[in-house]
Amino acid sequence: MRRLKPFLTFGLLMAVFMLSGCSDMVILDPKGPVGEQQKDLIMYSIGFMTFILIVVYALTTFIVYKYRDRKNHKGYDPDNEGSHLLETIWWIIPIIITIALSVPTVKTIYSLEGPPEGTKDQKPLVIHATSVDWKWVFTYPEQDIETVNYLHIPEDRPVLFKLTSADSMASFWIPQLGGQKYAMAGMETELYLQADEQGTYEGRNSNFTGEGFTDHTFDVMAMSDDEFEKWASDAKADAPKLTKEQYDKLMLPGHVKEMTFSSTHMGWVDHADEADYALNARERLGYEPKVPHSKAAKEEKKKREEEMKQEESESHGDSHAH
Amino acid sequence: MAHAETHDPNTPLEYRSEIGRLNILGFWIFLGAEIALFATLFATYMVLTPRIADGPALGELFEVKSLLIQTFLLLTSSFTCGLAVHEMRRHNVKGLITWMVVTLGLGLGFLYFEIQEFLHFIHEGANIGTSAAWSGFFVLVGTHGAHVTFGIFWVTMVLIQVAKRGLTPATSAKVFITSLYWHFLDVVWIFIFTAVYLMGMVMHHG
Amino acid sequence: MKWDEFFVTGDPLIYGADVSILLTMVGILFYLTKYNKWKWLWDEWLTTVDHKKLGIMYIVSAVLMLFRGGVDALLMRTQLAVPDAKFLDSQHYNEIFTTHGTIMIIFMAMPFLIGLINVVVPLQIGARDVAYPYLNAVSFWTFFIGAMLFNISFVIGGSPAAGWTSYMPLASNELSPGPGQNYYLLGLQIAGIGTLLTGINFLVTILKMRAPGMTLFRMPMFTWSSLVTMVIIIFAFPILTVALALMTFDRLFGSHFFTLQGEGMDMLWANLFWLWGHPEVYIVILPAFGMFSEIISTFSRKTLFGYKAMIWSMLLIAGYSFLVWVHHFFTMGSGAAVNSVFSITTMAIGIPTGVKIFNWLFTMYRGKIQFTTPMLWSIGFIVNFVIGGVTGVMLAMAAADYQYHNTYFLVSHFHYVLIAGTVFACFAGLIYWYPKMFGYKLNERIGKWVFWIFTIGFNVCFMPQYFLGLDGMPRRVYTYSEESGWGPLNMVSTIGGFMMGIAFLVLVYNMYYSFRYAKRETTGDAWDGRTLEWSTPSAMPPFYNFAKIPEVTGLDHFWRQKQAGKVEKLTAKDIKPIHMPSNSGVPFIMASFFFVAGFGMVFDWMWMAIIGLIGVFGTLFYRSFEYDDGYYVSVEEVIETEKISK
Repeated sequence: MRRLKPFLTFGLLMAVFMLSGCSDMVILDPKGPVGEQQKDLIMYSIGFMTFILIVVYALTTFIVYKYRDRKNHKGYDPDNEGSHLLETIWWIIPIIITIALSVPTVKTIYSLEGPPEGTKDQKPLVIHATSVDWKWVFTYPEQDIETVNYLHIPEDRPVLFKLTSADSMASFWIPQLGGQKYAMAGMETELYLQADEQGTYEGRNSNFTGEGFTDHTFDVMAMSDDEFEKWASDAKADAPKLTKEQYDKLMLPGHVKEMTFSSTHMGWVDHADEADYALNARERLGYEPKVPHSKAAKEEKKKREEEMKQEESESHGDSHAH
Repeated sequence: MAHAETHDPNTPLEYRSEIGRLNILGFWIFLGAEIALFATLFATYMVLTPRIADGPALGELFEVKSLLIQTFLLLTSSFTCGLAVHEMRRHNVKGLITWMVVTLGLGLGFLYFEIQEFLHFIHEGANIGTSAAWSGFFVLVGTHGAHVTFGIFWVTMVLIQVAKRGLTPATSAKVFITSLYWHFLDVVWIFIFTAVYLMGMVMHHG
Repeated sequence: MKWDEFFVTGDPLIYGADVSILLTMVGILFYLTKYNKWKWLWDEWLTTVDHKKLGIMYIVSAVLMLFRGGVDALLMRTQLAVPDAKFLDSQHYNEIFTTHGTIMIIFMAMPFLIGLINVVVPLQIGARDVAYPYLNAVSFWTFFIGAMLFNISFVIGGSPAAGWTSYMPLASNELSPGPGQNYYLLGLQIAGIGTLLTGINFLVTILKMRAPGMTLFRMPMFTWSSLVTMVIIIFAFPILTVALALMTFDRLFGSHFFTLQGEGMDMLWANLFWLWGHPEVYIVILPAFGMFSEIISTFSRKTLFGYKAMIWSMLLIAGYSFLVWVHHFFTMGSGAAVNSVFSITTMAIGIPTGVKIFNWLFTMYRGKIQFTTPMLWSIGFIVNFVIGGVTGVMLAMAAADYQYHNTYFLVSHFHYVLIAGTVFACFAGLIYWYPKMFGYKLNERIGKWVFWIFTIGFNVCFMPQYFLGLDGMPRRVYTYSEESGWGPLNMVSTIGGFMMGIAFLVLVYNMYYSFRYAKRETTGDAWDGRTLEWSTPSAMPPFYNFAKIPEVTGLDHFWRQKQAGKVEKLTAKDIKPIHMPSNSGVPFIMASFFFVAGFGMVFDWMWMAIIGLIGVFGTLFYRSFEYDDGYYVSVEEVIETEKISK
């Protein structure tokens, strides 16, 4: 037992040490009602889990210490093979804990299906988010504008994201605003989020989508309603129109910089209905998928990286609409 | 390994050796796994049925005549297979082989009409790559057909062994196991008949 | 196909691997030839149908795979140790985490457990072999060939890179071209055949081959857990077979099950995969539970607490394991009702699992606990597994899972369950039954070092990952930025990973050390055990296991006999001729044909696939015509082997 002790203390110390830094962790530092509800649920469950850990560790320590093999061993009972009372207790307690956890879980699951309680009278802002390897296309149907790889949203107003994908299965996630949902080709899923504070938040695809997955990210800027309206109307007035050719080019796998357009792709394709649009576009553009280890693939990768660099140096300093 | 042989005349021949008993039990369990396999294929097929893309609907191409012939052949083969095992229990090697050969003939007939049907579908523009629905159809029905094909080879091998060695606890257990396999394929066909063909035609025409 | 696509080129790590593989192979060939070992290899190992030898081969393969999967893990941890590292590029990293996951689950955890089951279960139930010894060899060789096929991918053709879950459409031809993904499909498919056959084989073995008097409720807990596991295998593996076959059709024959074109349905793959995948988790955890039950009871010198409750909770877990698969994708948007139901079923699995934890604790209560290495691993299991368990319940709460999903929180959770559960059990079981397999114990002092380095390393590695997850670090990213702030915890985690690597090396050293220096066991009862495997007179049971089949009168029969001082002594008149199955080279040859077929399909060379398949069916039919009824071991030979004085 003396040998077990440092191990137990070590584990506990480490847990305490790390929990103390919790308030900095993005999931436990939400900036909107959705993330807030999830954080509350998480903290509630951590309470129960701590209780369970303490019970099990206390019992383990006591039993292992007391009944270790030693001289003058007491209480040895080799045929002690069960106890109805004890066994009933430890069937019932987990059942109670499960019920105690189920009730708020189910409540939260249902509540997250709709807009947040406090703002459910407001008309939500609808944004279509489409994942394409490895970028995000955001469509604002009411404002009739489209952005790539960044989002502007008004604060204190629910945003209804309609998610889909042009190719691989992605997951749309803005950790500080709330939990994620999958974006899938040939499907549309819905997710309500809301920001209560102005600021820039990181958003990303969290579901593995291949080579460019790590940088499959976007920025979310939450701003006041007026600022948002101004940004949207500026974009509508100043940004270029999105052409079909340009959109097809976006369908090629790769990364692009942030972009703004004063029209949307919804006129000619909805990926929720047409799952193979991106593949057809790639074919039209003469793109062929390459075996990752072939020379052709390595050359293509090099070319793509150079293009990215060039684009970056070209766009250096000239900021887009936001 | 226990090698006890039972000589109680009421015990069917195939159950008289320990190995025979174990093999038969193991094969029943294998059929349990086969049920899981076909259940997965059926579930897949059901989910994909509405997804016909630009291809024809499933029920559109099904033909009652070919379906009834296939069903008749396979159901009858299951019956003749039962008769063969009955003859085996009466130690009638000739009867066993005769009925099993009839069973094989019916099985071959079934396969002939199934292949004809598949060729017909392909001719009409529905192959495995036409749509998710047709992929589901060809793989589900095709897996059953592949099982029948394997069964024909297998039964043939076992019959050769019976002809060479006569009815022993070992050969009779093999015959019995192949008969279980054959009946199982018949049962699967009944589900295919209902879930694929009948429902397909009802959905399309009804 | 061009040569630059056939051999993986351009990466110094891979060249290094090429050279070491070549050297190892040359070394083995040289050794076998120089010491004239070819015949020995063929007669004693490649053609054996002895469950103990097959078990040992399973375990040796699993340890090799643990090495391979562990190297993968350390490469990943090296890449992630600091922000913006350039050690691996994205493609290479993706391949490594894919092979790490697949190898650890399919080619390490399962064969390790199946190996121990092979060695132990027939002995525990007092049988001379399994129900189908020949089939057992087929199981092993198909597993082994499947594993080899999967493993050569990183030097020939390139490894799969779509994750061990291989979600569609990412894993389709259009998004993952080339042979990599085919290796995954074929390797798993071939190994899966072996697993299904193992399931049937051991279910029948346990149901039908038990010694007289051993009723179901007198079976040792490890045998019980194996029985339940086999039932899960029989119903879960066909689902994997179908799912893999459908994806193979999509990739090789143009069907549209899960593709973007033809209205294929990517969600269907996720459902089928996890319909198998979740039961699979219990396939690798229930035997672990069984082993801990044996070990804790043995070293507490006490009968298992709540034997029947243990069995019922296991059956409950097995049933539930098929009812929770949706919790792997709560974020798919199946709706509130579905997510609620699966949240509750998932949390409910915690109930029987919790019951088991308390039963283990109370097995130690009023015991006389000896801190042998297997016992340390078992106590370590309880302490660490609980952390994995409670975080599992947290993940089961769907609304919260929307935040944990795809993050390091999840990664940490399943490593806490699979390492503290399965890997600890593999180590504990290996050490516990080592004298049964090799006739001597592993050194206890070195073993304790392994335990402490590994367990501390394990916590240092994975505890920080919970916090990385809460800080929003997604899994499967190959690097991260300095600003993310994830650097320090990742560095800690990497240090822990390397500690586990060191512990593994010490374990291997311990095998060598003990082989050279350990005291050889003189009796079959190395640990003062409770169950029948310890009742054989010699340390390593002879190939027929028991000269006389024991008659069982109760639970822990052997222990109770010892307590009563009534251990039976064999006498010459007890001995009767023993019937045993003959060796066969067919399973090995059949598996080799599987390799040819699989390799052909991986590269879409159908001529080769067809040759391989003809070979497979050929060997199958050849076997059907082979009437080999085995042979009898004569009374004289048994008497001589057992060293009975006349």
